[in-house]
Amino acid sequence: MSSATIVNLPDQSTARIPKMNYLSKENGLLSWLLTGDHKRIAILYLISISFFFFIGGALAGLIRLELLTPQSDLLATDTYNKVFSMHGIIMIFFFLVPSVPATLGNFLIPLMIGAKDLALPKINLLSWYLYVGAGILAIYAMITGGVDTGWTFTTPLSTHYVNTNVITTGIAIFIAGFSSIFTGLNFIVTIHKMRCPGMTWFRMPLFVWGHYATSILMVLGTPVLAIALVLVILERTVGIGVFDPAKGGDPLLFQHLFWFYSHPAVYIMILPGMAVISEVISTFSRKRVFGYTAVAFSSVAIAVFGFFVWAHHMFIMGISNYSVLIFSLLTMLVAVPSAIKIFNWAFTLYKGSITFETPMLYAFGFMGLFTIGGMTGIFLGTSGTDIHLTETYFIVAHFHFVMVGGMLMAFLAGLHFWWPKMTGRMYPEKISQLAALVTFIGFNLTFFPQFILGTLGMPRRYASYPPEFQVLNVFSTAGATILGVGYLLPVLYLTWSLKYGEIAGDNPWQATGLEWQMQSPPLTENFREIPIMDHEAYDYEWLERQKEKEVASVG
Amino acid sequence: MSEHSEHEHHIVSPKVYVAIFAALLILTGLTVAASYLEMGVFNAVVALAIAVIKATLVVLFFMHVKYSTKLTKLTVGAGLFTFIVLVGMTLCDYITRAWGRW
Repeated sequence: MSSATIVNLPDQSTARIPKMNYLSKENGLLSWLLTGDHKRIAILYLISISFFFFIGGALAGLIRLELLTPQSDLLATDTYNKVFSMHGIIMIFFFLVPSVPATLGNFLIPLMIGAKDLALPKINLLSWYLYVGAGILAIYAMITGGVDTGWTFTTPLSTHYVNTNVITTGIAIFIAGFSSIFTGLNFIVTIHKMRCPGMTWFRMPLFVWGHYATSILMVLGTPVLAIALVLVILERTVGIGVFDPAKGGDPLLFQHLFWFYSHPAVYIMILPGMAVISEVISTFSRKRVFGYTAVAFSSVAIAVFGFFVWAHHMFIMGISNYSVLIFSLLTMLVAVPSAIKIFNWAFTLYKGSITFETPMLYAFGFMGLFTIGGMTGIFLGTSGTDIHLTETYFIVAHFHFVMVGGMLMAFLAGLHFWWPKMTGRMYPEKISQLAALVTFIGFNLTFFPQFILGTLGMPRRYASYPPEFQVLNVFSTAGATILGVGYLLPVLYLTWSLKYGEIAGDNPWQATGLEWQMQSPPLTENFREIPIMDHEAYDYEWLERQKEKEVASVG
Repeated sequence: MSEHSEHEHHIVSPKVYVAIFAALLILTGLTVAASYLEMGVFNAVVALAIAVIKATLVVLFFMHVKYSTKLTKLTVGAGLFTFIVLVGMTLCDYITRAWGRW
């Protein structure tokens, strides 16, 4: 790797963290627990989602250890069912859905559009409390016996056959859903009403566009999940019979309701990741994002198309052939806006002055792995191949490529990218580049063998498997340990950097966003006076002129 | 959109509220009456149609959507649109199941 870098830090011998900032303004636990400051709430969220990520990660470790050998020897089969169910539930509802929006989105959206806070600060805090309450309830459910329906709560298994904590877990997810609705609502109102003068829709950073699309999905989709879960709870407690054929109900109705939310939820998870990648790719190739408008609208297109494809999760479940045909065709549509993004990022790189700081390495990881994840989605959306591949490890590999290879990479890219803004200090560059590399290698070693296992026909959700699948499973488990190291490293060095990292200064990356034109860490009120946006997003020439002006005025 | 119009709340006269209330009562009576008629599958259709009209009245007048900004109307419309997608496309499955295999 060459020494070329865009990092521009202030002179470390004289640089200081600004005395007044959102972290130092008030002290004490209560000042955090009762805060209305979007930046502090973002930090609260960051701590809590990291906690849940490591619980979910530990459960993933147990799954991989069990699958090291063909027999079910580490865990009993029903314990295994509980472990993978809780892994899914925690990772999806308590990590992936809030990951980028509630942390980076919360922190950055007001800064990026020139607002002093989100539109509804108390609702924002309430959303965190709901999240934490829901999380505690989910963990309580896990400790007191767990749940073994898978994260999908598929009926009639969840309503008639299992005796685990379906109701408690259902309530936990119901509450977490409201936390997510509040976040989405807050973003929509803020983006509509609180943009600073001159900040037109098409001058907003693509990060904000991505979060706008995500918020639409959160607000319109999540209530349907709530309805589906309430119906499951009512079915279990009083036997209302909507999902019970003996009473004139239909078990498939549950899947329609559930996937009506949970397919868009996939985009709730990935769109904020794409939002991060747009910012990172632009900054580290020193170019405006190619096809800004197309990338902005593709986010909205993904959000809209996302509501029309849900039944592709149900091809083999007994829905009609004609509806398989329709949903299979519609699924192909959703690939278009995702491809628009990937191609536009690639064109942004073309002839850019690319440097390879950690966020960019993660962003490259995202582009490759998300593309593989997305393309294998096309295999699965094609109804013929889906019949062979569904319910095998091919599915597991597919969505882990999108969610872990895509979303988690994007989350880490964003976390490293905005870490200097959030804390005022740089993370150590060399070791974090190493962590990005370790994550990439570990990820591929974990999940690529699962594609092969899937095509060979290894079913998912079983604690044991035929011995001929062992070699690939050993690869996968070995990869998981490397991946674990890749995720542990950032926790260590980011914590270290809080005290010992280099002082970052206002704009270490020479980026153009409004959030980089203020002190790091920002003031509680963000801006001393409301800024006026007088240039397009990603205008690097504007940044150069600003710098010249500064030099001229100092000189 | 001017700053001014956003903060100006339209004041709905009591007359309108009373009229809507009366309409809701009449429609409720109609629902009860319709349930005594033997219309086969149309019993449900009629009951649902009346319920939709009532809900629309409540949303438009009691919830002030009729007097709100275009943005509010768009938001309500988006919810409705999503709901239609949910019900419509789920029904695609239910209706075509009886057609059997091609």
